[in-house]
Amino acid sequence: MTKTTKMVQWSPTDIKDELLKKYPPKVARKRAKQIMINEAVGADTSPEIVANVRTIPGIITMRGCTYAGCKGVIMGPTRDIVNIVHGPVGCSFYAWLTRRNQTDAGKDGENYIPYCFTTDMQDQDIIFGGEKKLEAAVIEAYELFHPKGICIFATCPVGLIGDDIHAVARKLSAQYEDCNIFAFSCEGYKGVSQSAGHHIANNQVFTHLVGENKTSPEGEYKINLLGEYNIGGDGFEIDRIFKKCGITNISTFSGNSSYDQFASAQHADLSCVMCHRSINYVADMLETKYGIPWIKVNFIGARSTAKSLRKIGEYFGDPKLIKRINDVIAEEMPEVEVVANDVLPRTNGKTAMIFVGGSRAHSYQDLFAEMGMKTISAGYEFAHRDDYEGRHVIPSLKVDSDSRNIEELTVEADEKYFKARKTPDEINALEAAGLKFKHYEGLNKDMDNGSIIVDDLNQYEAEKLVEILKPDVFCAGIKEKFSIQKLGVPMKQLHSYDSGGPYAGFKGAVNFYKEIDRLVGSKVWGYMKAPWQKNPELTATFVWE
Amino acid sequence: MLLRHTPTEITERKSLMINPAKTCQPIGAMYAALGIHGCLPHSHGSQGCCAYHRSTLTRHYKEPISAATSSFTEGASVFGGQANLLQAIDNIFTVYEPEVIAVHTTCLSETIGDDLKQIAHKAEKEGKIPEGKFVIGAPTPSYVGSHVTGFSNMVKAMAQLATPGTKKNGKVNVIPGWVEPSDMEEIKRLASVVGVDITLFPDTSGVLNAPLTGEYKMFPDGGVTMKELKDTGGAIGTLALGEWCSADAARWLDSKCKVPCTILDMPFGLNATDRFIDVLRTVAGVTVPEAIDVERGQLVDMISDMHQYFYGKKVAIYGDPDQLISMCEFLRALDMQPVHVITGTPGKEFERRIKEITADMPCEVNVKAKSDMFQLHQWIKNEPVDLLIGNSYGKYIARDEDIPFLRWGFPILDRQGHQYFPTVGYKGGLRLLEKILGLLLDRKDRDEPEESFELVL
Repeated sequence: MTKTTKMVQWSPTDIKDELLKKYPPKVARKRAKQIMINEAVGADTSPEIVANVRTIPGIITMRGCTYAGCKGVIMGPTRDIVNIVHGPVGCSFYAWLTRRNQTDAGKDGENYIPYCFTTDMQDQDIIFGGEKKLEAAVIEAYELFHPKGICIFATCPVGLIGDDIHAVARKLSAQYEDCNIFAFSCEGYKGVSQSAGHHIANNQVFTHLVGENKTSPEGEYKINLLGEYNIGGDGFEIDRIFKKCGITNISTFSGNSSYDQFASAQHADLSCVMCHRSINYVADMLETKYGIPWIKVNFIGARSTAKSLRKIGEYFGDPKLIKRINDVIAEEMPEVEVVANDVLPRTNGKTAMIFVGGSRAHSYQDLFAEMGMKTISAGYEFAHRDDYEGRHVIPSLKVDSDSRNIEELTVEADEKYFKARKTPDEINALEAAGLKFKHYEGLNKDMDNGSIIVDDLNQYEAEKLVEILKPDVFCAGIKEKFSIQKLGVPMKQLHSYDSGGPYAGFKGAVNFYKEIDRLVGSKVWGYMKAPWQKNPELTATFVWE
Repeated sequence: MLLRHTPTEITERKSLMINPAKTCQPIGAMYAALGIHGCLPHSHGSQGCCAYHRSTLTRHYKEPISAATSSFTEGASVFGGQANLLQAIDNIFTVYEPEVIAVHTTCLSETIGDDLKQIAHKAEKEGKIPEGKFVIGAPTPSYVGSHVTGFSNMVKAMAQLATPGTKKNGKVNVIPGWVEPSDMEEIKRLASVVGVDITLFPDTSGVLNAPLTGEYKMFPDGGVTMKELKDTGGAIGTLALGEWCSADAARWLDSKCKVPCTILDMPFGLNATDRFIDVLRTVAGVTVPEAIDVERGQLVDMISDMHQYFYGKKVAIYGDPDQLISMCEFLRALDMQPVHVITGTPGKEFERRIKEITADMPCEVNVKAKSDMFQLHQWIKNEPVDLLIGNSYGKYIARDEDIPFLRWGFPILDRQGHQYFPTVGYKGGLRLLEKILGLLLDRKDRDEPEESFELVL
């Protein structure tokens, strides 16, 4: 496709007006607050964006539900817990292997990720209640598999009919001492997006699992990696790098995770937060209860990976570790640069739009920047204001009725196990040296002035944005993929990576460069018009006629 | 071993379903609705259902699947979803301008008792439905039946558009059931070769196998039109392909509009296609042209040429009842033996049909409705097979047990082509044979010791 009309006379205000033009007035008013023209660069405060509010009925949204966030995102990639979905068959079926969470079965050989467990509720269960069926199902699962843990997930009708899944879990957990059984009230209608489900999942993992394992895992420089889900093997690559650097990742929340990893998280000396949105509160709770400080990291992008590793080195402050980290970076970067330099002539100056998740739309901008590509529009599917504007807005966030349904845990320092990893003086010294704790500036500050930032983008707006700004690549999820591609613009999935991955770390960056090079350079986008459609006015006859 | 925890020893399970061979009603309703021209499916419930159904359909058809949702939050779940649906109808007609909105319920909206008819009526009274546009609906609680039932319910809602007393139009209604867009296209081609004017509904051809042109049409050119649907009451007869997917709609047209119906099996394989063509020509009163005899003869030719590789081979197969019934009959026509057959969809009649079709096998068939793939895998561990047939989820069993695997059914998430190449009719039969033969012979070539590895097979 020729891009002659690219980036023309459209001013950001015109673009915003165009996106809102077709809506009924009430809808337009609401969407106007969720579509912002970025003015954050250089300013002390960024303009306010409305986020984490209800989706408008009838507007084709990218969002999923609370259950999807709880079972699909957080608990889906745990390998040795039997996850039973209490409800009709569908919810369990759709979250079955569809998020490309990779795993290895570990030394113990336990891996339930390829399995899909459901109580398959029928109408009589809805009428008479499904607790008995759930109890029987958990017993059947226990007797078949004897897993370390069984988790129960509530779907919409379970909440409505009032099945007490927690009571069932408590009863059976007491009955089977070698199996930790607990439940999640993650009915799909709670909250406004997947985000509520992440919160419900994390709270229960923190309550029922973290701290259970009293023996500290062996290894130096122990960290937790929070908010990494091992899509397409990302976690494998990050772990490879950690290992090479001598950093011990004792628990990933929750890619390729195991029961024992969650249960040992309190033994770490530092928590590193990848996806801020899905897990920042767990980092806070680990700090309050056990004294583990946390820093924000980003392993998407080679330069970001190097930066994040150095941050970890700085925290531990051990010259041996710092040297090893620098050696590893020096060893890994040349290969990355070879590929970056190879693709650069073809990707430099190209543009991207990213509308995914609640952190990824930010993290991936670094990776694009490494290829000389600019992100001209971005936004989150299930973010809160702090993901756009930075953590400083958290105290001022209003708790609306939809958020009030989601339990907030209040934790205190654990009398027995709290141990401040660093003294206040040490923390102050590190901060003075530039290491920021509990810090996230949000997406807005990293995007150009005047770029369009949209919360909860929908199909109509996506199509308009693509038509107006004609990006060279659009990033979103599977539901958006083909409508964007019908417009002749390549679409890269960043929820489940299409067929690619890993994209994290050094090897991931190489994979991503090659993948984007392939997408923006593919010949197929030049085939949209047949020769006769390009020159329809041609009427001359051939000689042989 | 991917499914390392599946034991060979079979224990009885009453409450826990493991690895389902079905999913829930709304996704079927959504797929059926996409077969109406200019239709936007709408999921009345919380937004996750719609997201999941769109994702799964997108992954299977590799096409944009547009559908809206009522986006219930807790308030709607307590006070009812009427306000959400009314607002949705208004927004949808304003922003997307479809001809028709096809609403289906979810387990959430069904449990709180939302009445689609009453809400649609209210929307009409309040002027939220523009002139000449429609809102149709089907109840699809996820705790009843399966995706197949949901498909059937939406197809019935389509039939219910027909007005009794419509003037006879000389056409034949054909209800194809849940088959691929390519299959729907093939059914239309067969009817046209036979010389019968049909109304096919639903018809996803042209909708879910649309060309890439640089232009995005939320409502592609294909699909049965609302006018054609209203006109189905004037048809000379209805052929419903598949008891589970299509019969309800056909019977409704029969009883309410006096359009006589015949319930047939889906035209997969030789015999079922024969019956389809035979009934089609009888209903329409035409003679079958020679072109059809040629197509049929080619299929028979290939069966005879390749019979040695099919004969006696054992097959495990799972999927949806209508497809399985015809496929098992085809396998028997090839002298293959479908020894393990399961569907997740309930219905005792299914087990009876499969037993009837496989009655001439030298061994008894293991058949079960309302079953799951965990059970199927255990059966396979106890009695191995030469071929596994079913949707993409079977690849875990196929790899663990090292069985050649034919992807056929719904959903197929990891291969393409099903949206373009039919498996119905005689030509579809040829494609199935080609695929099965390829799988069996690739395996033979892989396993043969070097001294007996031969060029000519």
